[in-house]
Parts: sequence; C-alpha cells; structure tokens
Amino acid sequence: MQFDSLIRAGGEPVRCLIVDDSIFARKNLAKLLQSFGCAIAGEAGDGCVALTEYDRLRPDLVLMDITMPNLEGIEAAERLVRQHPDARVVMVSSVGCQENIVAALQRGARHFVHKPVKADVLYEVIRYVMADTIQAAAVVGGPIQ
Amino acid sequence: MKMELIQPFINSADSVLGQSLGCETQIGDVSMEEEVYRRKGVAALVNITGDIEGRVIFDMNAETATRVATFLTGAEADGSSELVLETVCELANMVVGSAVSSLNDQGVRFRISPPEVHTSEDGLRGSEDTEALVMCFHTDNGDLYMNIAMRYNRRRRNEPALMQL
Repeated sequence: MQFDSLIRAGGEPVRCLIVDDSIFARKNLAKLLQSFGCAIAGEAGDGCVALTEYDRLRPDLVLMDITMPNLEGIEAAERLVRQHPDARVVMVSSVGCQENIVAALQRGARHFVHKPVKADVLYEVIRYVMADTIQAAAVVGGPIQ
Repeated sequence: MKMELIQPFINSADSVLGQSLGCETQIGDVSMEEEVYRRKGVAALVNITGDIEGRVIFDMNAETATRVATFLTGAEADGSSELVLETVCELANMVVGSAVSSLNDQGVRFRISPPEVHTSEDGLRGSEDTEALVMCFHTDNGDLYMNIAMRYNRRRRNEPALMQL
C-alpha cells in the first residue's frame, strides 16, 4: 500500500512524537508513519516522559496510547493540551470503548485510532487532524504488512 | 465462569490475531483448568479490576513467539529477546483491550493493567468462582494460548440480570 507523503505547507515532513509503553507498538507506529513520509521527532514510554519530550521537541503531532504506567494517556493528553492548547493529540489504543473515546475527546484529544492500527485508517486520521497545515506530495512508502 | 464474559475475549483474539498475523485463525482445544497453570513458553499477563476481577495470560512457545515477532516487526528475533517479549505483551494488550472495550460498552466497568511478562512457572490457581479457561488458537505462525480466569466481583455478582448476550 502506498500513500501520498504528508508534507507541511513549508515543505517539511510532519514531525510526530510516539507515546506508548510498548517498544513493539512504537516500532510499528514509527514504521507506519515513515511510510506516510512523516518524521519521528521522538518516542516516550509513558505520559510523564511525553510531557517533557513535547516541551523539548515541539512535534506537530502526538500519537498517545492510553494504558501506560506512571501517567495514563488520557490524563497526559489533558495536561498536554492544557499547557499547549495547539497540541494535536491522537489517541491510539486497544481500549476503544465509547467511554474512553468520549473522555479522550473531551479532555483534548483530536481523534482516536483503535489497535491493531490499520495503515489506511491512521493515514486518514492524520490527514484530518493536520488538514490545515499539510499538503499532499509525491507518493512514498513501500508495501505495509 | 460466565460465557458472557468469555465470548468477547474469543471474538477479540480471533479478530486481532487474524488481522495482525494476516491469516485465518482456528480455535483448537478449549479446556477448563483446575490445576495450577504452567506457562508454555513466552507469556504476557494482564490483570483486570473493577466489576470483573481476574487476569488473562497470553502464552506461546518460544519458537512461535519468535516467528510472530519476526512476522510483525520484520526483524530477525530470538526467543528470549526483548522484542519478542514486547511483541507478545502488545498482542495480549490488543486482544484484552478490544474485549474490554466490548464489555465496557455493555455497561461492565473495569480497568486493565499494562501487560507484563509472565515469568513464573506457575499461574493463578482456579477456584470455585475463578475458574481458568484455556483456549488454543491455530495460526500460520503456530499455536497461541489464552488463559482466562475472572469473575464478577461481589458487588456486581449480587446484581440481577447483568447482561443479556
């Protein structure tokens, strides 16, 4: 599956911070994002690290898991958006019950993606969330498993 | 153990494994476990608390775990590597998380802990109200086992007609 590269209006790739306590999940998301032409600004293993990493890296987009040690994703998203109202947070979780989805959206997340993550779904969500800042560019990426 | 609690986990495992591993899954042996649980190889444990209490163990032998990790990550792995352990944990997380979402949407309130690698040779023993159900899922990468032991907590158990499935 190939995707048009997600490029910001200035010609730079969308920079993403991946927050998940699972190394496997982070690698998987990084692989998907790179196939969209995005850049990996950084990774964090829990909500606390995500807050400090956001301050340091100022990514365009945050992909945030929910069930994590130390500080869960919904709480982290709320704190992040309180500190940075323009932060764009997309929750990525296997715990996709209505209660969690509503809570995440009410507390600042822009969207919700269920695990296992489908490449085309994540791509469309990022396009939607970043719609005012991106331009479609050349087709990038190879086969995604 | 109530089938209404188990069915979402079966559906979830079937869906997540099929989607993640890119193959049809088949449910093999299903058995109730009364003896102390012994892991088969690489295992991930997820604890559940709330209206339902218990745990789910996701288990497979080292060869299967290696094949699954290699398939999902595209990187060569060996049975004891952190990547293999992480892969099994994340599979458990996705299966349990999806089942929990389904049950939550039916009004059952509970939380799951982050998955942890289960290293003990023993698991939790079944009991009169916390029996363990073991299911085998056949996949192209090998057999995966899901061991579920859970019950309604006392407050929830005393409520009548909780769910109609």
